[in-house]
Amino acid sequence: MDASVIIETEELTKTYKNETAVDRLTFTVNQGEIFGFLGPNGAGKTTTLLMLLGLTEPTSGKAKVLGMNPTREPIKVKSKIGYLQENMGFYTDLNAFQMLRFVAELNGLSGTEVEGRIESALETVGLAAESGKKIDAYSRGMRQRLGLAELLIKDSKVAFLDEPTLGLDPDATNRMMALIESLCRDKKMTILLSSHMLHQVQKICHRVGIMIKGRMVAQGPMDRLAKEKLGIGQEKYSLEELYMKYFQEA
Amino acid sequence: MGGINVIFKKELADHFSSYRFIIIFALIAMVSLITAYMVGLNIRQQLEGVAKPRFIFLMLFTAPGALFSLVQFVAFFGPLVGLIMGFDTINRERNQGTLSKLLSQPIYRDVVINGKFLAGVVMISVMMVSIVLVITGLGLLVMGIVPGFEEIWRILIYLIISVIYVSFWLGVAILFSILFRSTATSALAALAVWIFFSFFVTIGANILANALSSDASDSNPEVVMRRAKIVKAFVLTSPMQLYTDATATIIDPLRKSTRSIVAMGPMESLSMSRFSGPLPLSQSVLIVIPYIISLVAITIICFAVSYIVFMRQEIRSL
Repeated sequence: MDASVIIETEELTKTYKNETAVDRLTFTVNQGEIFGFLGPNGAGKTTTLLMLLGLTEPTSGKAKVLGMNPTREPIKVKSKIGYLQENMGFYTDLNAFQMLRFVAELNGLSGTEVEGRIESALETVGLAAESGKKIDAYSRGMRQRLGLAELLIKDSKVAFLDEPTLGLDPDATNRMMALIESLCRDKKMTILLSSHMLHQVQKICHRVGIMIKGRMVAQGPMDRLAKEKLGIGQEKYSLEELYMKYFQEA
Repeated sequence: MGGINVIFKKELADHFSSYRFIIIFALIAMVSLITAYMVGLNIRQQLEGVAKPRFIFLMLFTAPGALFSLVQFVAFFGPLVGLIMGFDTINRERNQGTLSKLLSQPIYRDVVINGKFLAGVVMISVMMVSIVLVITGLGLLVMGIVPGFEEIWRILIYLIISVIYVSFWLGVAILFSILFRSTATSALAALAVWIFFSFFVTIGANILANALSSDASDSNPEVVMRRAKIVKAFVLTSPMQLYTDATATIIDPLRKSTRSIVAMGPMESLSMSRFSGPLPLSQSVLIVIPYIISLVAITIICFAVSYIVFMRQEIRSL
């Protein structure tokens, strides 16, 4: 196996009762790239991520993450991968600092060294000033960034981000995208990102896979796909640019 | 085992700061205080001018106050404490989306259940110990009698059995919180089980005994005995009965068996003849040990089911 391949799946399939959520999925993600996992709601993106994390067992097919089988060695895989889930799932009665310390402890990190790491992670995602506030009072954008801080605490080299821009306003979206890009660039994180907003992830993804009804219909670098499938994606992209201009002027 | 202490610590902190715990605790402390006070006064009046019999201190726990004795109170309402503390353990996390957060960290699934259960057991222990201590203190004040060495041992064993008993109900509640997605459903299901075992098992036992013994006459002593045996066997399916039997000769050494055919109800008077020939502690323990083991066993069964169900469940973030 090539050392630079981080995620590799082969004919990965998940069937619920009589419904196929993921249908013979085969793709690879290489070290240091941002792979955009695109598709409409219910296309099987989250199911695939859960299978790669070892939280759901595939019906058939193979998956390898960092050379490990997530079904057989879920603990090892989960200790290496940072997962930002769609609904985030924070204990809202904790503050950001407490939440991050809880996650750190679950990962077997403790002591004074962790506190420093939490401070710097909060600094990186721009939440240092609000770290004492309860998560209850956080906006959606802040919660998403807190989720990214969690990945920094774990110091994971691979991150799965499920709909990181869902429900964010354009400004928060841009901020989130810039942050994700910097994680890839500065921390050398390999990122698998799922989204149904083609135009938003267009800017940062090195390669994308388009998934519809459990099947991967296209896979490759953005430019190539844009040329092939030009249309909706391109239009929305420019529409957003226009909106952002107004937003920034205001 | 990594992670269990982290979850344990967090749960404990959550319990201590939750209104739910404070309310249950206040309620139970109040009822036990009132009961103990009334029982204490009652005993003091009855014993006016009489030499102090042995094990009088334990009467604080077993003699009825206004309506019920403390032991009866714990047997009846103890389950409620376990249920209230546990009915939303897993499904609340599921609904908040924090369950998948927990499980996407490098910990085993059973660690989540274990950590939460242990924290609950600690809370139950804190509650029981403080209540018993308060009652003991109040008893000292009201009755002016110091408990003997053996009495202290008996109270300790009683405490341990009570903690196991309430923990069993906590286990039941956790199981329901895994089985049902909605917290309201799991609360109702847990309450239904509690009501079933507290009321219907005893009624059902009598009906069953009547149905099984063809001879309807009450005059035949053999028939009466047989009926009593059937009832006894049947009511043992109730954890409440197991608990009552397990604590019976421990907290009340003047009883010679877990139960007599003549019920020792709340109307039992404090006759002095009861205070003769108490069972030694070792014999009391010997009598109740099967009941304690059964209590532990049903708790373990409950846990085994929880594990199996939880391991197989799909974790969706939605």
